Amino acid sequence: MAELIQRFGKAQSFYDGYTRKGIEIETTHYCPGCGHGTIQKLIGEAIDDLGIQDRTIFLSPVGCAVFAYYYYDTGNIQCSHGRAPAVGTGVKRTVKDAVVISYQGDGDLAGIGMTEIIHAANRGEPITVFFINNAIYGMTGGQMAPTTPLGQITQTTPFGRDVARDGRPIGMVELMNALVPPVYIERCSVATSQGIIKTRKAIRKALQAQIDGIGFSFVEILSPCPTNWGMSPVKARSWMEKEMTHHFPLGLVRDTISSSTGKATSIPYPYLDDAQLVELLTGSAAVPLLKDDIPQVTHKVKIAGFGGQGVLSAGELLATCGMTEALHVSWLPSYGPEMRGGSANVSVILSDQEIGSPLVDHPEVLLAFNGPSLDLFEPKMVSGATIVVNSSIIQRQVERTDVNVYYIPATDIAKNEGLLSAANVVMVTAYLLISNALPLETLVRCIPLVLRKKSFLDTNIAIVNKTEAYVKAHPMEKQ
Amino acid sequence: MNCRLMKGNEAAVYGALMGGCTHFFGYPITPASEIAQAAAYYFTASGRTFLQAESEISVINMLYGAASAGARVMTASSGPGIALMGEGLSYLAGARLPAVVIDMQRAGPGLGNIWPEQSDYNMVVKGGGHGNYANITLTPASAQEMFDFTKKAFQIADTYRMTVCILSDAYIGQMMEPVEISGPVLHGQRKEWAVYGDKASRKNLISSIYMSAPLLRKHNEDLQQTYLQVAQDITDYEEISVADAEFVFVAYGIVARICHSVVQALRQQGIKAGLLRPKTVFPFPTAALGAIADRNIPLGVVELSNGQMANDVDLAVKGRVPVFRYLTMGGETPTVRELLTAVKCDLAESKKGGPHG
Ligand SMILES: Cc1ncc(C[n+]2csc(CCOP(=O)(O)OP(=O)(O)O)c2C)c(N)n1
Ligand code: SF4
Repeated sequence: MAELIQRFGKAQSFYDGYTRKGIEIETTHYCPGCGHGTIQKLIGEAIDDLGIQDRTIFLSPVGCAVFAYYYYDTGNIQCSHGRAPAVGTGVKRTVKDAVVISYQGDGDLAGIGMTEIIHAANRGEPITVFFINNAIYGMTGGQMAPTTPLGQITQTTPFGRDVARDGRPIGMVELMNALVPPVYIERCSVATSQGIIKTRKAIRKALQAQIDGIGFSFVEILSPCPTNWGMSPVKARSWMEKEMTHHFPLGLVRDTISSSTGKATSIPYPYLDDAQLVELLTGSAAVPLLKDDIPQVTHKVKIAGFGGQGVLSAGELLATCGMTEALHVSWLPSYGPEMRGGSANVSVILSDQEIGSPLVDHPEVLLAFNGPSLDLFEPKMVSGATIVVNSSIIQRQVERTDVNVYYIPATDIAKNEGLLSAANVVMVTAYLLISNALPLETLVRCIPLVLRKKSFLDTNIAIVNKTEAYVKAHPMEKQ
Repeated sequence: MNCRLMKGNEAAVYGALMGGCTHFFGYPITPASEIAQAAAYYFTASGRTFLQAESEISVINMLYGAASAGARVMTASSGPGIALMGEGLSYLAGARLPAVVIDMQRAGPGLGNIWPEQSDYNMVVKGGGHGNYANITLTPASAQEMFDFTKKAFQIADTYRMTVCILSDAYIGQMMEPVEISGPVLHGQRKEWAVYGDKASRKNLISSIYMSAPLLRKHNEDLQQTYLQVAQDITDYEEISVADAEFVFVAYGIVARICHSVVQALRQQGIKAGLLRPKTVFPFPTAALGAIADRNIPLGVVELSNGQMANDVDLAVKGRVPVFRYLTMGGETPTVRELLTAVKCDLAESKKGGPHG
């Protein structure tokens, strides 16, 4: 055997015997006259000649080529049906110097895997795809493929492929040609020896494009399946010439390799080392915890209003204040479609105890920014609760008599300072003042941690002071 | 101490980066999109890889590819997306590739809605795809645990060459809590089985195919052996007030948080309740539940599903004690008051002498 191999010049990138996975075989698993063997030999020789054996990662598909890894003495990954271009994307984005070869049949690539191939091509993944078009599902025993010619009889088209029922054969080269990124697109055939020579060239060009880091290349290769076509190998080749090349015209469709400057690389962000990564993650917003004398409190707060009134950030501000006082805190928003209707609410809990449920079904505190929020939550408040009402917007009075209510024209106070969107700061300040929940200094310290627009910091602090003055002038009437 | 108020969704991305994850592949779906969004920012800004794929099928196969090439990889999705990943999860298990997959559960079946449910339990814990395999499944119940569990998930995945799923829910993802960004940054090591496109790894093959039945049988048995080892090594749970309890809740995720409040409320009314909160559901805290059953203490499973975890609790206690079920479906969560009333009612009934009384 070894001597024979030497005589006939086996590609070095092929294993000597195909002993993978405990199956002791020395012949290929392909049928006599099958095109897969011819094509894989051409690829193996190209790997040798281009000197890329160590760098190559060969992706085996699901189809008759599923065992391609038997043959290639290269890195090998066996992929699920049709997904090799996605697998190749993952590989190539991990090991950039690898030469990734995706070898796929027509069921695999043009049927189940159509999405993956189109998107990999459209991202211009710098991989090489060899598309073996034998117009049939070989491995599963000869069913219709997306590339099966009209009228052809297969196991699932016993009366021939019918255009009305099954549509037309898909031209993958033509589809690829509709995309901008691919740098090399060609259709070849291994039906004749001239065809094999052209295929050999195309395979090398497509691989070279990847080696040079230029971009995505795609070579469709028409290939015989004598077994499932029910023909002799010789007849299969003449049928290819007559039937297949008519549906799938051969030739080079695109070659922009020489004019390409390489795959457009996205803006490079350097790989951060450990210290830089921690800095990125914790950097500006790191909050010092003040551990001494934790106040013994639990506040179950609901903050509610229109989307855009800063309801969620009011909650964030309150929770941040609690956190810096070493309280346990939780912040849970209403979200999704609930918010699209224009209303938003958030549950905030501050407690010296570990917080169980973060949901506030029966609030002890409500900051009501608008009428509908008051309508919604007033009935749910616990007895003895506190409600802060934004009286700039809410016209009505609170009806319940078993709760404490504080009315404050939050929107007007914010508007007078020229920052309408800071009504939320007024509401939180008012609550802290009337409840004595947390000191005002804590609030002032936390505003910069939560504020998105740092240029509004001074205005926000001014609003805190204005609110304090208002609350002093209008003390809450205890129930 | 570095503490930040952040959502569970964001904390997962922080944990991933601190855990040495270098590749995030994602596809948007509520309520997991925020994870992909945060990853898009932080993975890119730190020179790691973020890519939005064309579908969850592509996502899981990109994970397969990058994991084959030795990377620490992750994605995040929700029910419909995880379902699409089923085949890929099976391939990952078959090829013994490590990966981390977060499932922010939403309500089903079908498109259902985007509110929390725990109805992906069977899909995730029992594997999600074809074959005799399982995913290690961690169940965080706070933003801090979203960080901690995601961070350690990569180490676990590499150790056992398994997929680690983080089975969470919309509330845990949406909720902001203080998160401590703790510990050193971890890193994956070179894997002797991976395919790096170099001479040293050239002989390596990533595949789930075993063309001889005895070999595939051995492969399957090896997997089961690994799962036994995993059960020994990493089974994790929290017990709250279980020591003197006369009734114990079993719940994970957001529901465990609610149950914690119910336990406090019941105790205030003189009923000694406790809570066993699994932090891993594969491996399942079977022994801990067995120990409670040995003490003849009735259990109450509170779950946002039709009882998917409750079935595992039944298996663990084997009928020795009553297992009450408090099940909510469709995106609602039970309130503390509702649970309080229901449990008191059941306890009174069983004292009167139910089938187990
Ligand atoms: C998800 C899934 N569906 C179906 C199959 C069964 N299957 C195996 S090979 C194949 C068709 C392969 O045909 P093709 O890609 O044309 O390759 P060929 O065998 O002709 O080389 C199918 C449908 C599978 N393995 N996985
Ligand atoms: S079935 Fe067809 S494609 Fe498959 S090995 Fe045989 S001839 Fe080749």
